[in-house]
Amino acid sequence: MTEPNKVLATFQVNGEPHEVAFVPHKTLLEVLREEMTLTGTKHGCELGECGTCTVQVDGTPVLSCLVLAVDAVGKNVQTVEGLACGSDLAPLQDCMADLGAAQCGYCTPGILMAADALLKDNVRPTRDEIKEALAGNLCRCTGYLKIFEAIELAAARMRGEDAEPSKESIYGS
Amino acid sequence: MLRLPPFTYHTPKNAVDAVRIAKEYGREAMYVAGGTDLYPNMKRRHQTPAQVISLRDVPELHSMEVLEDGRLQIGAMVTLTTLEFYPHLKAHYAGFAHAVREISTPLLRNMGTIGGNLLLDTRCSYYDQSHEWRESIDFCMKSKADAICWVAPGSPRCWAVQSSDSVPIICAMEAEIELAGVDGMRTIKGDDLYQDDGIQYLTKKPEELLTKITLPAPGNWKASYLKLRRRDTYDFPVLGVGACLWFAADGTIEKANVRLGGAGSYAMPATKTEELLVGKKLTDELIAEAGAAAMKPARTMDNTDLDVYWRKKVAPIYVARALKACR
Repeated sequence: MTEPNKVLATFQVNGEPHEVAFVPHKTLLEVLREEMTLTGTKHGCELGECGTCTVQVDGTPVLSCLVLAVDAVGKNVQTVEGLACGSDLAPLQDCMADLGAAQCGYCTPGILMAADALLKDNVRPTRDEIKEALAGNLCRCTGYLKIFEAIELAAARMRGEDAEPSKESIYGS
Repeated sequence: MLRLPPFTYHTPKNAVDAVRIAKEYGREAMYVAGGTDLYPNMKRRHQTPAQVISLRDVPELHSMEVLEDGRLQIGAMVTLTTLEFYPHLKAHYAGFAHAVREISTPLLRNMGTIGGNLLLDTRCSYYDQSHEWRESIDFCMKSKADAICWVAPGSPRCWAVQSSDSVPIICAMEAEIELAGVDGMRTIKGDDLYQDDGIQYLTKKPEELLTKITLPAPGNWKASYLKLRRRDTYDFPVLGVGACLWFAADGTIEKANVRLGGAGSYAMPATKTEELLVGKKLTDELIAEAGAAAMKPARTMDNTDLDVYWRKKVAPIYVARALKACR
Protein backbone atom coordinates (compact mmCIF):
# COMPACT_ATOMS: atom_id res chain seq x y z
CA MET A 1 0.00 0.00 0.00
CA THR A 2 1.32 3.47 -0.86
CA GLU A 3 1.80 5.95 1.94
CA PRO A 4 -1.56 7.66 2.61
CA ASN A 5 -1.89 11.43 2.48
CA LYS A 6 -1.16 13.44 5.58
CA VAL A 7 -3.96 14.93 7.59
CA LEU A 8 -3.78 18.24 9.40
CA ALA A 9 -5.10 18.39 12.94
CA THR A 10 -4.75 20.39 16.12
CA PHE A 11 -3.84 18.54 19.30
CA GLN A 12 -4.25 19.89 22.80
CA VAL A 13 -1.06 18.83 24.55
CA ASN A 14 -0.31 20.07 28.08
CA GLY A 15 -2.95 22.74 27.58
CA GLU A 16 -1.40 24.14 24.42
CA PRO A 17 -2.61 23.72 20.83
CA HIS A 18 -0.23 21.99 18.42
CA GLU A 19 -1.13 21.99 14.74
CA VAL A 20 0.48 19.00 13.08
CA ALA A 21 0.40 17.27 9.69
CA PHE A 22 0.80 13.50 9.98
CA VAL A 23 -0.14 10.28 8.21
CA PRO A 24 -3.20 8.70 9.81
CA HIS A 25 -1.52 5.41 10.75
CA LYS A 26 0.95 7.15 13.08
CA THR A 27 0.65 6.48 16.77
CA LEU A 28 0.32 9.25 19.32
CA LEU A 29 3.84 8.35 20.50
CA GLU A 30 5.28 8.92 17.02
CA VAL A 31 3.46 12.22 16.57
CA LEU A 32 4.42 13.50 20.03
CA ARG A 33 8.09 12.64 19.59
CA GLU A 34 8.66 13.18 15.89
CA GLU A 35 6.22 15.92 14.89
CA MET A 36 5.97 17.92 18.12
CA THR A 37 9.51 17.08 19.38
CA LEU A 38 8.06 16.28 22.80
CA THR A 39 10.66 13.60 23.42
CA GLY A 40 10.01 13.33 27.16
CA THR A 41 7.65 10.47 26.36
CA LYS A 42 9.91 7.49 25.72
CA HIS A 43 9.55 4.63 23.29
CA GLY A 44 10.37 1.23 24.70
CA CYS A 45 8.81 -2.04 23.59
CA GLU A 46 6.17 -0.27 21.47
CA LEU A 47 3.94 -3.28 21.96
CA GLY A 48 2.19 -2.34 25.21
CA GLU A 49 4.49 -4.36 27.42
CA CYS A 50 6.66 -1.80 29.24
CA GLY A 51 4.68 1.36 30.01
CA THR A 52 7.44 3.88 29.36
CA CYS A 53 5.31 5.66 26.73
CA THR A 54 2.47 6.31 29.21
CA VAL A 55 0.66 9.61 28.72
CA GLN A 56 -2.73 10.80 29.92
CA VAL A 57 -5.60 11.24 27.49
CA ASP A 58 -8.47 13.13 29.12
CA GLY A 59 -6.88 12.29 32.46
CA THR A 60 -6.67 8.53 31.87
CA PRO A 61 -3.21 6.98 31.66
CA VAL A 62 -2.81 5.08 28.38
CA LEU A 63 0.02 3.74 26.28
CA SER A 64 0.79 6.24 23.52
CA CYS A 65 2.46 3.49 21.44
CA LEU A 66 -0.95 1.84 20.96
CA VAL A 67 -3.15 4.91 20.52
CA LEU A 68 -3.56 6.26 17.03
CA ALA A 69 -2.82 9.98 16.91
CA VAL A 70 -6.09 10.58 15.04
CA ASP A 71 -7.97 9.14 18.02
CA ALA A 72 -6.38 11.73 20.33
CA VAL A 73 -7.47 14.75 18.29
CA GLY A 74 -9.94 16.83 20.29
CA LYS A 75 -8.84 15.28 23.56
CA ASN A 76 -6.68 16.68 26.30
CA VAL A 77 -3.26 15.01 26.12
CA GLN A 78 -0.89 15.34 29.07
CA THR A 79 2.76 14.34 28.79
CA VAL A 80 5.63 14.45 31.24
CA GLU A 81 6.62 17.86 29.88
CA GLY A 82 3.40 19.27 31.34
CA LEU A 83 4.12 18.26 34.95
CA ALA A 84 6.61 20.95 35.88
CA CYS A 85 5.52 24.56 36.13
CA GLY A 86 8.30 26.51 34.44
CA SER A 87 11.46 25.59 36.30
CA ASP A 88 9.49 24.37 39.34
CA LEU A 89 9.25 20.60 39.40
CA ALA A 90 5.98 19.01 40.47
CA PRO A 91 6.08 17.45 43.98
CA LEU A 92 6.06 14.01 42.37
CA GLN A 93 9.16 14.85 40.32
CA ASP A 94 10.91 16.42 43.32
CA CYS A 95 10.28 13.37 45.46
CA MET A 96 11.40 10.96 42.73
CA ALA A 97 14.65 12.93 42.43
CA ASP A 98 15.20 13.27 46.19
CA LEU A 99 14.67 9.60 46.90
CA GLY A 100 16.70 8.23 44.00
CA ALA A 101 13.58 6.76 42.46
CA ALA A 102 15.02 7.31 38.99
CA GLN A 103 18.23 5.50 38.16
CA CYS A 104 18.68 5.10 34.43
CA GLY A 105 15.50 7.17 34.15
CA TYR A 106 14.06 5.55 31.06
CA CYS A 107 10.87 4.35 32.74
CA THR A 108 10.50 7.58 34.75
CA PRO A 109 8.26 9.62 32.39
CA GLY A 110 5.78 6.76 32.15
CA ILE A 111 5.84 6.14 35.88
CA LEU A 112 5.33 9.85 36.57
CA MET A 113 2.29 9.97 34.30
CA ALA A 114 0.73 6.83 35.79
CA ALA A 115 1.44 8.04 39.34
CA ASP A 116 0.16 11.54 38.58
CA ALA A 117 -3.14 10.07 37.36
CA LEU A 118 -3.39 8.01 40.55
CA LEU A 119 -2.79 11.02 42.81
CA LYS A 120 -5.42 13.08 41.00
CA ASP A 121 -7.99 10.40 41.85
CA ASN A 122 -6.71 9.33 45.22
CA VAL A 123 -4.92 11.76 47.53
CA ARG A 124 -4.07 9.09 50.09
CA PRO A 125 -3.23 5.92 48.18
CA THR A 126 -2.16 2.81 50.07
CA ARG A 127 1.01 0.99 49.08
CA ASP A 128 -1.15 -1.67 47.37
CA GLU A 129 -3.05 0.97 45.41
CA ILE A 130 0.24 2.47 44.24
CA LYS A 131 1.51 -0.96 43.21
CA GLU A 132 -1.73 -1.57 41.31
CA ALA A 133 -1.56 1.81 39.52
CA LEU A 134 2.03 1.10 38.42
CA ALA A 135 1.41 -2.54 37.51
CA GLY A 136 1.81 -1.64 33.84
CA ASN A 137 5.13 0.19 34.16
CA LEU A 138 8.35 -1.80 34.17
CA CYS A 139 11.47 -0.53 35.91
CA ARG A 140 14.62 -2.62 35.66
CA CYS A 141 16.82 -0.49 37.95
CA THR A 142 15.19 0.51 41.18
CA GLY A 143 13.35 -2.57 42.36
CA TYR A 144 10.32 -0.23 42.66
CA LEU A 145 10.71 0.42 46.39
CA LYS A 146 12.14 3.94 45.97
CA ILE A 147 9.40 4.72 43.47
CA PHE A 148 6.66 3.65 45.89
CA GLU A 149 8.25 5.68 48.69
CA ALA A 150 8.56 8.74 46.44
CA ILE A 151 4.89 8.56 45.48
CA GLU A 152 3.88 8.24 49.12
CA LEU A 153 6.03 11.22 50.04
CA ALA A 154 4.65 13.29 47.15
CA ALA A 155 1.08 12.38 48.14
CA ALA A 156 1.75 13.56 51.69
CA ARG A 157 3.28 16.84 50.50
CA MET A 158 0.42 17.40 48.06
CA ARG A 159 -1.99 16.98 50.97
CA GLY A 160 -0.16 19.87 52.62
CA GLU A 161 1.68 17.76 55.16
CA ASP A 162 5.19 18.74 56.16
CA ALA A 163 6.53 15.33 55.21
CA GLU A 164 10.18 14.37 55.01
CA PRO A 165 11.62 11.13 53.63
CA SER A 166 12.26 8.51 56.28
CA LYS A 167 15.88 7.90 57.31
CA GLU A 168 15.57 4.38 55.88
CA SER A 169 14.56 5.82 52.50
CA ILE A 170 17.70 7.93 52.33
CA TYR A 171 20.32 5.85 54.12
CA GLY A 172 18.86 2.36 54.02
CA SER A 173 17.87 0.36 57.08
CA MET B 1 11.13 1.95 16.10
CA LEU B 2 8.33 -0.54 15.51
CA ARG B 3 5.85 1.20 13.27
CA LEU B 4 2.39 0.33 12.05
CA PRO B 5 2.09 -0.50 8.36
CA PRO B 6 0.07 2.05 6.36
CA PHE B 7 -3.70 1.57 6.26
CA THR B 8 -6.87 3.50 5.59
CA TYR B 9 -8.72 4.30 8.80
CA HIS B 10 -12.51 4.14 8.78
CA THR B 11 -14.69 5.52 11.57
CA PRO B 12 -18.27 4.44 10.81
CA LYS B 13 -21.02 5.95 12.94
CA ASN B 14 -23.18 2.83 13.28
CA ALA B 15 -22.87 -0.95 13.21
CA VAL B 16 -24.60 -1.31 9.83
CA ASP B 17 -22.01 0.92 8.16
CA ALA B 18 -19.17 -0.87 9.93
CA VAL B 19 -20.36 -4.25 8.63
CA ARG B 20 -20.90 -2.81 5.16
CA ILE B 21 -17.31 -1.53 4.99
CA ALA B 22 -15.97 -4.84 6.31
CA LYS B 23 -17.97 -6.78 3.71
CA GLU B 24 -16.88 -4.43 0.91
CA TYR B 25 -13.16 -4.89 1.59
CA GLY B 26 -13.32 -8.56 2.61
CA ARG B 27 -9.97 -9.98 3.71
CA GLU B 28 -8.31 -6.55 3.46
CA ALA B 29 -10.36 -5.21 6.38
CA MET B 30 -10.20 -5.68 10.13
CA TYR B 31 -12.14 -4.13 12.98
CA VAL B 32 -10.32 -2.40 15.80
CA ALA B 33 -11.73 -1.70 19.25
CA GLY B 34 -9.12 -0.78 21.89
CA GLY B 35 -6.22 -1.71 19.61
CA THR B 36 -4.21 -3.40 22.37
CA ASP B 37 -4.17 -6.74 20.54
CA LEU B 38 -4.42 -5.67 16.89
CA TYR B 39 -1.83 -2.87 16.86
CA PRO B 40 1.01 -4.92 18.43
CA ASN B 41 0.15 -7.68 15.96
CA MET B 42 0.22 -5.21 13.07
CA LYS B 43 3.56 -3.81 14.25
CA ARG B 44 4.98 -7.33 14.14
CA ARG B 45 3.29 -7.85 10.76
CA HIS B 46 1.13 -10.72 11.95
CA GLN B 47 -1.80 -8.91 10.40
CA THR B 48 -1.52 -6.13 7.86
CA PRO B 49 -5.06 -5.01 7.00
CA ALA B 50 -5.12 -2.24 4.39
CA GLN B 51 -8.46 -1.11 5.83
CA VAL B 52 -8.88 -0.68 9.57
CA ILE B 53 -12.43 -0.10 10.77
CA SER B 54 -12.54 1.66 14.14
CA LEU B 55 -15.59 1.08 16.31
CA ARG B 56 -14.94 4.13 18.49
CA ASP B 57 -17.83 6.17 17.02
CA VAL B 58 -20.49 3.44 17.09
CA PRO B 59 -22.62 4.57 20.07
CA GLU B 60 -24.56 1.34 20.57
CA LEU B 61 -21.31 -0.52 21.30
CA HIS B 62 -20.49 1.72 24.27
CA SER B 63 -23.63 1.05 26.31
CA MET B 64 -24.21 -1.11 29.36
CA GLU B 65 -27.70 -2.01 30.48
CA VAL B 66 -29.48 -4.24 32.97
CA LEU B 67 -32.36 -5.73 30.98
CA GLU B 68 -35.90 -6.11 32.36
CA ASP B 69 -35.37 -9.82 32.98
CA GLY B 70 -32.23 -9.08 35.03
CA ARG B 71 -29.63 -10.00 32.42
CA LEU B 72 -26.70 -7.63 31.95
CA GLN B 73 -25.97 -6.50 28.42
CA ILE B 74 -22.53 -5.06 27.76
CA GLY B 75 -21.51 -3.28 24.56
CA ALA B 76 -18.38 -4.55 22.88
CA MET B 77 -16.58 -1.19 23.21
CA VAL B 78 -16.97 -0.94 26.98
CA THR B 79 -13.44 -0.75 28.35
CA LEU B 80 -12.17 -3.34 30.78
CA THR B 81 -11.54 -0.60 33.38
CA THR B 82 -15.15 0.58 33.12
CA LEU B 83 -16.31 -2.99 33.66
CA GLU B 84 -13.89 -3.56 36.51
CA PHE B 85 -15.31 -0.65 38.48
CA TYR B 86 -18.98 -1.08 37.52
CA PRO B 87 -20.74 -1.61 40.89
CA HIS B 88 -23.44 -3.89 39.43
CA LEU B 89 -20.78 -6.23 38.08
CA LYS B 90 -18.93 -6.40 41.37
CA ALA B 91 -22.16 -7.03 43.26
CA HIS B 92 -23.72 -9.67 41.02
CA TYR B 93 -20.95 -11.07 38.83
CA ALA B 94 -17.97 -11.26 41.17
CA GLY B 95 -16.31 -14.12 39.26
CA PHE B 96 -16.52 -12.29 35.94
CA ALA B 97 -15.40 -9.00 37.55
CA HIS B 98 -12.38 -10.86 38.92
CA ALA B 99 -11.57 -12.29 35.47
CA VAL B 100 -11.70 -8.77 33.97
CA ARG B 101 -9.36 -7.47 36.68
CA GLU B 102 -6.91 -10.27 35.92
CA ILE B 103 -6.48 -9.10 32.32
CA SER B 104 -3.08 -7.59 31.62
CA THR B 105 -2.30 -4.24 33.30
CA PRO B 106 -4.36 -1.23 34.44
CA LEU B 107 -2.99 0.82 31.53
CA LEU B 108 -4.05 -1.78 28.99
CA ARG B 109 -7.43 -2.22 30.70
CA ASN B 110 -7.94 1.55 30.28
CA MET B 111 -7.66 1.00 26.53
CA GLY B 112 -8.77 -2.59 25.92
CA THR B 113 -12.43 -3.48 25.53
CA ILE B 114 -14.53 -6.51 26.44
CA GLY B 115 -15.30 -7.14 22.76
CA GLY B 116 -11.62 -7.12 21.90
CA ASN B 117 -10.78 -9.44 24.76
CA LEU B 118 -13.46 -11.92 23.68
CA LEU B 119 -11.91 -11.99 20.20
CA LEU B 120 -8.26 -11.95 21.33
CA ASP B 121 -5.97 -13.67 18.85
CA THR B 122 -4.64 -17.07 19.91
CA ARG B 123 -1.03 -17.02 21.07
CA CYS B 124 2.04 -19.21 20.72
CA SER B 125 5.75 -18.87 21.56
CA TYR B 126 6.56 -19.49 17.90
CA TYR B 127 4.05 -16.89 16.68
CA ASP B 128 4.14 -13.97 19.12
CA GLN B 129 7.61 -12.88 18.10
CA SER B 130 9.05 -10.15 15.90
CA HIS B 131 8.86 -10.51 12.13
CA GLU B 132 12.62 -11.05 11.94
CA TRP B 133 12.52 -13.81 14.56
CA ARG B 134 9.75 -15.60 12.73
CA GLU B 135 11.44 -15.12 9.38
CA SER B 136 14.55 -16.81 10.76
CA ILE B 137 12.58 -20.03 11.31
CA ASP B 138 10.71 -19.57 8.01
CA PHE B 139 7.53 -18.72 9.93
CA CYS B 140 4.90 -21.10 11.24
CA MET B 141 1.59 -22.17 9.74
CA LYS B 142 -0.34 -19.43 11.56
CA SER B 143 1.71 -16.87 9.58
CA LYS B 144 2.27 -18.75 6.36
CA ALA B 145 0.00 -21.41 4.87
CA ASP B 146 2.73 -23.79 3.67
CA ALA B 147 4.85 -23.59 6.84
CA ILE B 148 4.90 -26.22 9.58
CA CYS B 149 3.70 -26.01 13.17
CA TRP B 150 6.86 -25.67 15.27
CA VAL B 151 5.18 -26.95 18.42
CA ALA B 152 4.04 -30.19 16.79
CA PRO B 153 5.97 -30.41 13.50
CA GLY B 154 4.00 -33.42 12.23
CA SER B 155 0.65 -31.79 12.97
CA PRO B 156 -1.67 -30.70 10.16
CA ARG B 157 -3.19 -28.03 12.43
CA CYS B 158 -2.10 -24.99 14.45
CA TRP B 159 -1.94 -25.32 18.23
CA ALA B 160 -1.86 -21.65 19.19
CA VAL B 161 -3.43 -21.14 22.58
CA GLN B 162 -6.68 -19.48 23.65
CA SER B 163 -5.34 -16.70 25.89
CA SER B 164 -8.25 -14.46 26.82
CA ASP B 165 -9.20 -14.28 30.50
CA SER B 166 -12.82 -13.44 29.83
CA VAL B 167 -13.55 -16.34 27.46
CA PRO B 168 -13.43 -19.38 29.82
CA ILE B 169 -15.78 -17.77 32.34
CA ILE B 170 -18.28 -16.36 29.83
CA CYS B 171 -18.47 -19.78 28.17
CA ALA B 172 -18.98 -21.43 31.56
CA MET B 173 -21.68 -18.86 32.46
CA GLU B 174 -23.44 -19.50 29.15
CA ALA B 175 -23.34 -15.82 28.27
CA GLU B 176 -24.77 -14.85 24.90
CA ILE B 177 -22.95 -13.07 22.11
CA GLU B 178 -24.71 -10.75 19.67
CA LEU B 179 -23.27 -10.53 16.18
CA ALA B 180 -24.20 -8.05 13.46
CA GLY B 181 -23.84 -9.33 9.92
CA VAL B 182 -24.90 -8.32 6.44
CA ASP B 183 -28.21 -10.15 6.95
CA GLY B 184 -28.94 -8.61 10.33
CA MET B 185 -28.32 -9.66 13.91
CA ARG B 186 -27.95 -13.10 15.41
CA THR B 187 -27.34 -14.28 18.95
CA ILE B 188 -25.23 -17.31 19.82
CA LYS B 189 -24.00 -18.99 22.98
CA GLY B 190 -20.47 -18.03 24.05
CA ASP B 191 -19.24 -21.59 23.46
CA ASP B 192 -20.44 -21.44 19.86
CA LEU B 193 -18.24 -18.46 18.98
CA TYR B 194 -15.06 -20.52 19.31
CA GLN B 195 -13.58 -23.63 17.75
CA ASP B 196 -10.57 -25.86 18.32
CA ASP B 197 -8.12 -24.42 15.81
CA GLY B 198 -5.26 -22.01 16.46
CA ILE B 199 -5.79 -20.16 13.17
CA GLN B 200 -9.55 -20.27 12.62
CA TYR B 201 -10.36 -19.96 16.31
CA LEU B 202 -13.60 -18.06 15.71
CA THR B 203 -16.73 -19.43 14.05
CA LYS B 204 -18.08 -16.03 13.03
CA LYS B 205 -17.72 -14.68 9.52
CA PRO B 206 -14.91 -12.11 9.18
CA GLU B 207 -17.32 -9.24 8.52
CA GLU B 208 -19.60 -10.15 11.40
CA LEU B 209 -19.27 -7.61 14.18
CA LEU B 210 -19.46 -8.61 17.84
CA THR B 211 -21.80 -5.96 19.20
CA LYS B 212 -22.84 -7.13 22.67
CA ILE B 213 -22.35 -9.76 25.30
CA THR B 214 -25.25 -10.62 27.58
CA LEU B 215 -24.60 -12.16 31.00
CA PRO B 216 -27.35 -14.31 32.56
CA ALA B 217 -29.50 -12.79 35.30
CA PRO B 218 -28.22 -13.37 38.82
CA GLY B 219 -29.83 -16.49 40.24
CA ASN B 220 -29.09 -19.92 41.64
CA TRP B 221 -25.63 -20.02 40.06
CA LYS B 222 -22.15 -18.92 40.96
CA ALA B 223 -19.17 -18.50 38.67
CA SER B 224 -15.45 -18.19 39.29
CA TYR B 225 -12.22 -17.69 37.38
CA LEU B 226 -8.72 -18.67 38.39
CA LYS B 227 -5.63 -17.69 36.46
CA LEU B 228 -2.14 -19.14 36.40
CA ARG B 229 0.70 -16.94 35.16
CA ARG B 230 4.28 -16.09 36.07
CA ARG B 231 3.74 -12.50 37.24
CA ASP B 232 0.74 -10.96 38.98
CA THR B 233 0.35 -8.48 36.16
CA TYR B 234 0.92 -8.27 32.39
CA ASP B 235 1.00 -11.98 31.63
CA PHE B 236 -1.52 -13.88 29.56
CA PRO B 237 -2.95 -16.94 31.28
CA VAL B 238 -1.04 -20.17 30.85
CA LEU B 239 -4.04 -21.74 32.49
CA GLY B 240 -7.37 -20.01 33.08
CA VAL B 241 -10.15 -21.99 34.73
CA GLY B 242 -13.69 -20.70 34.30
CA ALA B 243 -16.32 -22.51 36.35
CA CYS B 244 -20.04 -22.02 36.80
CA LEU B 245 -22.27 -24.15 38.99
CA TRP B 246 -26.07 -24.08 39.25
CA PHE B 247 -27.43 -25.13 42.65
CA ALA B 248 -30.79 -26.51 43.79
CA ALA B 249 -32.30 -25.10 46.99
CA ASP B 250 -30.71 -27.88 49.06
CA GLY B 251 -27.23 -27.21 47.63
CA THR B 252 -27.22 -30.05 45.10
CA ILE B 253 -25.42 -29.13 41.89
CA GLU B 254 -27.93 -29.15 39.04
CA LYS B 255 -25.58 -28.17 36.28
CA ALA B 256 -21.84 -27.62 36.03
CA ASN B 257 -19.74 -25.94 33.36
CA VAL B 258 -15.96 -25.96 33.64
CA ARG B 259 -13.78 -24.49 30.89
CA LEU B 260 -10.01 -24.61 30.63
CA GLY B 261 -8.39 -21.61 28.98
CA GLY B 262 -4.71 -21.49 28.08
CA ALA B 263 -4.72 -25.24 27.65
CA GLY B 264 -5.77 -25.52 24.01
CA SER B 265 -6.96 -23.44 21.09
CA TYR B 266 -10.37 -22.86 22.66
CA ALA B 267 -11.79 -22.85 26.19
CA MET B 268 -12.10 -26.60 26.49
CA PRO B 269 -14.84 -28.19 28.56
CA ALA B 270 -13.58 -30.42 31.39
CA THR B 271 -16.39 -32.87 30.65
CA LYS B 272 -15.47 -35.57 33.17
CA THR B 273 -15.22 -32.93 35.91
CA GLU B 274 -18.66 -31.59 34.99
CA GLU B 275 -20.21 -35.08 35.03
CA LEU B 276 -18.76 -35.83 38.45
CA LEU B 277 -20.26 -32.67 39.94
CA VAL B 278 -23.87 -32.94 38.78
CA GLY B 279 -26.36 -34.35 41.28
CA LYS B 280 -24.01 -33.98 44.25
CA LYS B 281 -23.18 -31.43 46.92
CA LEU B 282 -19.95 -29.48 46.71
CA THR B 283 -17.99 -31.21 49.46
CA ASP B 284 -14.21 -31.02 49.86
CA GLU B 285 -13.96 -34.64 48.68
CA LEU B 286 -16.00 -33.96 45.55
CA ILE B 287 -13.94 -30.85 44.78
CA ALA B 288 -10.71 -32.88 44.99
CA GLU B 289 -12.13 -35.69 42.84
CA ALA B 290 -13.61 -33.33 40.24
CA GLY B 291 -10.36 -31.36 40.12
CA ALA B 292 -8.29 -34.50 39.54
CA ALA B 293 -10.52 -35.40 36.59
CA ALA B 294 -9.35 -32.22 34.81
CA MET B 295 -5.80 -33.54 34.38
CA LYS B 296 -6.63 -35.39 31.15
CA PRO B 297 -8.41 -32.64 29.18
CA ALA B 298 -5.69 -30.09 30.02
CA ARG B 299 -3.93 -30.55 26.69
CA THR B 300 -0.93 -28.37 27.45
CA MET B 301 1.78 -28.06 24.81
CA ASP B 302 5.21 -26.48 24.92
CA ASN B 303 4.14 -23.17 23.40
CA THR B 304 3.46 -20.87 26.35
CA ASP B 305 5.36 -19.67 29.39
CA LEU B 306 6.12 -22.15 32.22
CA ASP B 307 6.94 -25.85 32.00
CA VAL B 308 4.52 -27.91 29.97
CA TYR B 309 4.34 -30.91 32.35
CA TRP B 310 4.05 -28.73 35.42
CA ARG B 311 1.17 -26.83 33.83
CA LYS B 312 -0.69 -30.07 33.25
CA LYS B 313 0.05 -31.24 36.79
CA VAL B 314 -1.34 -28.07 38.39
CA ALA B 315 -4.53 -28.08 36.31
CA PRO B 316 -6.40 -30.27 38.86
CA ILE B 317 -5.35 -27.93 41.69
CA TYR B 318 -6.53 -24.86 39.81
CA VAL B 319 -9.82 -26.51 38.85
CA ALA B 320 -10.38 -27.53 42.46
CA ARG B 321 -9.69 -23.97 43.66
CA ALA B 322 -12.05 -22.54 41.04
CA LEU B 323 -14.78 -24.95 42.17
CA LYS B 324 -14.21 -24.04 45.79
CA ALA B 325 -14.69 -20.38 44.88
CA CYS B 326 -18.18 -21.32 43.59
CA ARG B 327 -19.34 -22.19 47.09
